[in-house]
Amino acid sequence: MYTTLPSSFQRPLRCIAAIALAFAASSAAPAIAPTSAAPDFTLRTMGGPNMRLQEQRGRVVMVNFWATWCGPCRQEMPQLDRLYQKYKSSGFVLLGVNVDDDAMKAADVAAKLGVSFPVLLDTDKAVSKLYDLSTMPSTVIIDRDGKVRYVHRGYLNGYEENYEKQIRELLK
Amino acid sequence: MAATRRSNARLRAGGVARLRGLRAARRRAALLRRLAGLIGGVLAASGARAVDLPEDHAEALYHLYNGGGVTAQGPALLVRKSIADKVSLTGTYYVDAVSNASIDVVTTASPYRETRQEFALSGDYVYRDSQITVAASTSHEPDYVANNGSIDVTQEVFGGMTNVSLGFSRGSDRVTKKGSPEFQDHATHWQYRLGATQILTPRWLMSANFEALSDDGFLGSPYRVARVFGAAVPERNPRTRTGRAVKLRLIGDLGNRDAMHVEYRYFRDTWAIKAHTAELGYSRYLGQAWLADAYARYYTQSHALFYSDNAISETTYVSRNRQLSTFNDGSLGAKLSYTVRKIPGRYEVKLNGAYEYTRFKFKDFTDVRTGSLYGYSSSVVQLYVSAIY
Amino acid sequence: MKTRMRPAIALIAASALLGGCSMLPTFKPIEPWVKPYERERLADPIMKLSRDSLPEKHFEHVRDVREAARGATGVQGGGCGCN
Repeated sequence: MYTTLPSSFQRPLRCIAAIALAFAASSAAPAIAPTSAAPDFTLRTMGGPNMRLQEQRGRVVMVNFWATWCGPCRQEMPQLDRLYQKYKSSGFVLLGVNVDDDAMKAADVAAKLGVSFPVLLDTDKAVSKLYDLSTMPSTVIIDRDGKVRYVHRGYLNGYEENYEKQIRELLK
Repeated sequence: MAATRRSNARLRAGGVARLRGLRAARRRAALLRRLAGLIGGVLAASGARAVDLPEDHAEALYHLYNGGGVTAQGPALLVRKSIADKVSLTGTYYVDAVSNASIDVVTTASPYRETRQEFALSGDYVYRDSQITVAASTSHEPDYVANNGSIDVTQEVFGGMTNVSLGFSRGSDRVTKKGSPEFQDHATHWQYRLGATQILTPRWLMSANFEALSDDGFLGSPYRVARVFGAAVPERNPRTRTGRAVKLRLIGDLGNRDAMHVEYRYFRDTWAIKAHTAELGYSRYLGQAWLADAYARYYTQSHALFYSDNAISETTYVSRNRQLSTFNDGSLGAKLSYTVRKIPGRYEVKLNGAYEYTRFKFKDFTDVRTGSLYGYSSSVVQLYVSAIY
Repeated sequence: MKTRMRPAIALIAASALLGGCSMLPTFKPIEPWVKPYERERLADPIMKLSRDSLPEKHFEHVRDVREAARGATGVQGGGCGCN
């Protein structure tokens, strides 16, 4: 019979409360968060030459991480292509970073889906690790100063409207 | 006076006890709230991740079973379509035309033919990391009608590495007997399922499934006879049966566009049956369009408490149902798939053929025609077209 | 005493699982160790636990009728329970 919780109970409870908070905190604050600088990277494109993120400074950049084996990624591609075609003349660039092990398969599927934006190959997953991806697909929208503004995890029908709104806002 | 003081003391003691009980209850509630907060933190960590709705697909199958004097064949059809990206509906139609000249039938009656039809409808709903599946089915035979309803919930946790699922089914059957219109009985079934799938490495995953099954009512066959002192008597089965099954499965990618799987299941029920199932399988892509699977399966079980090939005592329950005897069976199976057309993300059509050969060996069921232990082999053939669209 | 200890024990076990508690040997909280971008092999159809539902349903039915063991197969839906 206890009138107050004995200390042997209080410590685990405090620990557990701390863990819950730590968990919530740790998962909500990944390396890539809005208003942090976007980590720079250089990757080979499908066409051959390398492409560096920092060179895109001055333009609004959308980095979309995708894979051929991920259903929602493939669903998203035509929408992204549409956005790219619409805004590329206004200073918008879309980088499709593919994380397949097999670059040939990536090129094949990208061609079949008819994407016109640059597809970069991250076969060793270094950039994926750098951006601490927690979902496939992941979309990061970076403003003209190289700062991360929006991070989208996953894709559901209707997300592209959000993307468009955010791109227009940053293009102003 | 003393009595009042004593009763007051008792009342106070009772009050204090109740107060302590209340405090304990509040403490328990606080602990539960913290635990819920912790679990909520873990679940919420997954954020806006979404489980995908199952892909739209359709299957058309022709199946054939031939063994032990029984031939059962028929078509089956399945169509799955998602509606408004929120719900996926599946409709299934399955036909079994049975021509039965099995050892039981041949030795106690005459061969017969009958057709069983089954319709099923199910809906899947996905919300963030959970998937809910509700299904209903009905199966019709001239002397057996079975209706079944089930609900399954699957939840992705731990960054999508673990999938936890819970399920419940309830079935309700009506049993009648050809040629005896006065016979009518029922059977009810309940199943509770719990499962977890865990990704171990980028190439291996495992799953554990547990199921508790409960049956109530008429659990035998109105045609089957048992043998007591050499004479045929109608079988007497208990009217309840409870069983538990646990299955462990491991699947791994072997690095060469191939994979293997191994699984084991243990079953035990209140009829004293203990069964073990083990399966080992291998799959491999051949070229761009072919996929081959091969597997070996072994099953063994011990007999039900009241099972006897030829009972030498009068017992409340007696059965000579060979499904409840001591036996084992070994199977070898192979499957070949050919992808006719494939556009990733758009559609895919495959032609498939599967074959399984099984050998049954009974340890305490004899063939009355010969007097020796019974054994037989069976073949299963499946030819089907599957399409993702 | 025993019933009061049970929720505490469960919570301690949970916290041990999730780590990071000062009264236990310190280790980092367990993070999902297979990242979403490393799941290429696991997304392949040959790694699926259940590939084609109709053929599996047929095999389950064939075995249900002939073997006494049932359940835990992962095949969705009830059987016909028929004789």
